[in-house]
Amino acid sequence: MQPILVFIETSDGQLRKTSLEALSEAKRIGRNINVEVIALIIGDKIASFANELSSYGADKVLVAEGGDFKDYNTAKYTRALLTAVNKTNPTALFLSATPSGKDLSASISAELKLSALQDCISISYENGVFTVRRPVYAGKAIITVRALKTPAIITLRPKVFAVGVPENKNVSVGNLQVALTADDQRVGLKETVVTAQKKVELTEADIIVSGGRGMKAGENFKVIEELAQVLNAAVGASRAAVDSGWRPHTDQVGQTGKTVCPTLYIACGISGAIQHLAGMSSSKWIVAINKDPESPIFKVANYGVVGDLFEVVPALCQELKKPC
Amino acid sequence: MNIIVCVKRVPSTETTVRVASDGKSLEQSGVEYILSPFDEIALEEGLRIKERLGSGEVSVISVGPPETATTLRTCLAIGADKAIHIKDSDVYKRDPFSIASALASVIKTLPYSLVLCGKQAVDDDNAQVPAMLARLLNIPYVSVVTKVEISGTKAMVNREVSGGYEILEVDLPAVLTAQKGLNEPRYPSLKGIMSAKKKPLEEKTVTFDELSLETIKMEYPPSRQAGRIVGKGVEAVPELVKLLKEEAKII
Ligand SMILES: Cc1cc2nc3c(=O)[nH]c(=O)nc-3n(C[C@H](O)[C@H](O)[C@H](O)COP(=O)(O)OP(=O)(O)OC[C@H]3O[C@@H](n4cnc5c(N)ncnc54)[C@H](O)[C@@H]3O)c2cc1C
Ligand SMILES: Nc1ncnc2c1ncn2[C@@H]1O[C@H](COP(=O)(O)O)[C@@H](O)[C@H]1O
Repeated sequence: MQPILVFIETSDGQLRKTSLEALSEAKRIGRNINVEVIALIIGDKIASFANELSSYGADKVLVAEGGDFKDYNTAKYTRALLTAVNKTNPTALFLSATPSGKDLSASISAELKLSALQDCISISYENGVFTVRRPVYAGKAIITVRALKTPAIITLRPKVFAVGVPENKNVSVGNLQVALTADDQRVGLKETVVTAQKKVELTEADIIVSGGRGMKAGENFKVIEELAQVLNAAVGASRAAVDSGWRPHTDQVGQTGKTVCPTLYIACGISGAIQHLAGMSSSKWIVAINKDPESPIFKVANYGVVGDLFEVVPALCQELKKPC
Repeated sequence: MNIIVCVKRVPSTETTVRVASDGKSLEQSGVEYILSPFDEIALEEGLRIKERLGSGEVSVISVGPPETATTLRTCLAIGADKAIHIKDSDVYKRDPFSIASALASVIKTLPYSLVLCGKQAVDDDNAQVPAMLARLLNIPYVSVVTKVEISGTKAMVNREVSGGYEILEVDLPAVLTAQKGLNEPRYPSLKGIMSAKKKPLEEKTVTFDELSLETIKMEYPPSRQAGRIVGKGVEAVPELVKLLKEEAKII
């Protein structure tokens, strides 16, 4: 039977954890149905990752390397992915539901005249058909969807699938020759502007500390940042905090922001409007700090503290810093 | 410059989702529909570009059931010049590729230099139609755009990436998707609402591609355990930390 192809991403010179999650899931399914797993990595100077990919489950590694692939570009990466798909004729293509994974899944789907299964939280394969579960309405419902055509193109939501235990094995590495066309060069990168140092991506963070309108001012987010630092967490925000200009739009959690599912979500001065809850209710553990005991956020919080966040958050910081 | 904005009618974000009796779709009764929030931003950007250039036309296009006409009228009231309604009562059962193909088949027949979409529709959260549209029209594509500047046959756009943004130069025509932060959408003015009635709203029918995906079930997410208050104020902190360590085992 035809293999499962997995698109691998790197960031800051490392394999992205979410790509290892996708690879591990491909390995799990691949072993069950006895098909090969091929990892495809696209980028500049990335061939060195082959062994690591192999240890996480890749039976083969395809490398599309070169300066053209230094930065993500939808058209160029789609060309590379298409070349790999044509070469391997996979039964399924797995990508992470990251911004680039989502772009690419849609772009390549159009070339293959089918649709992708986006942001999946479980995948099963039975009688030749891939069936997935995916959240819709920002998590207010979950649908089960079947792929009626091959290949099944599936993006996996970060932080949902477990990373397998690496094992030592030999891998065959193939170089993928990609012929870019003139049409692939119509979007050019002029500059990458960095606005936040060492930023943990919200959707991939283990712990998120979020602030809402209760923060009262942008500079007050320093108490949130301090707590985030102690916990090695990412900082999020409600729309009210974003619309007030206290935080960048990229920090917004909710139906029109990011859907997150960290192990721990700490909501400070956030009331818990339906659009906010939609984006964070699938977090494993939720802590709410709010002075109003009637706030809806307490209905979803495993642990609620009723009180002034400007007292509770610094106290929490202190308590966490105490040696065990 | 002719700008096309793709818009979708979606349930309001306030909606409490209920599963219909077929067990696989949204119970429609009592649901209020809105223009998808990111499409509002896309439309606003189309209008601003037209205003900055001092010429051109903004057309909105939507695939949807008869009620979509209301959504399109709202877009005309906000400031769009024309609307095209691809009528389809089954739109909520279709997959992204068939929607993108339908849109492409009509857009191909129109003059355009720019196609604007929302970064995703807030009902199916697919984020697929725009990238597909770009491939079908064979034009460049940039997603999650937070700034657009047109100069001649090119556009400079900012694209959101984690920890910052990229500045990209794009050949036109292109498909761009609107992300929050691109602009603050305006509301329809009274004058806009009046003049919308006189603006053209054209209806079209197309043949849809066969489905590549089939939804077989819709269910609710696992319900959360009822919330629990640990205590009040600073006194509750040691107990909270203890629970995080011993019960949740996070720290
Ligand atoms: C189309 C649409 C899309 C939307 N999308 C999103 C989205 O993606 N994400 C999102 O978050 N919202 C979204 N919203 C907005 C949402 O409806 C709420 O308005 C918003 O979430 C409220 O933010 P908040 O909880 O920070 O503010 P509020 O609701 O004002 O709550 C502030 C809370 O802070 C508490 N508080 C105040 N001072 C203190 C203090 N000193 N100590 C402790 N607690 C304090 C108060 O008790 C209150 O509960 C959307 C709305 C619409 C219409
Ligand atoms: N039925 C539709 N009619 C017109 N545009 C649509 C439709 N569905 C999706 N779009 C456009 O594609 C964007 C992304 O939608 P989606 O891929 O469904 O998440 C939307 O914000 C719209 O701009």
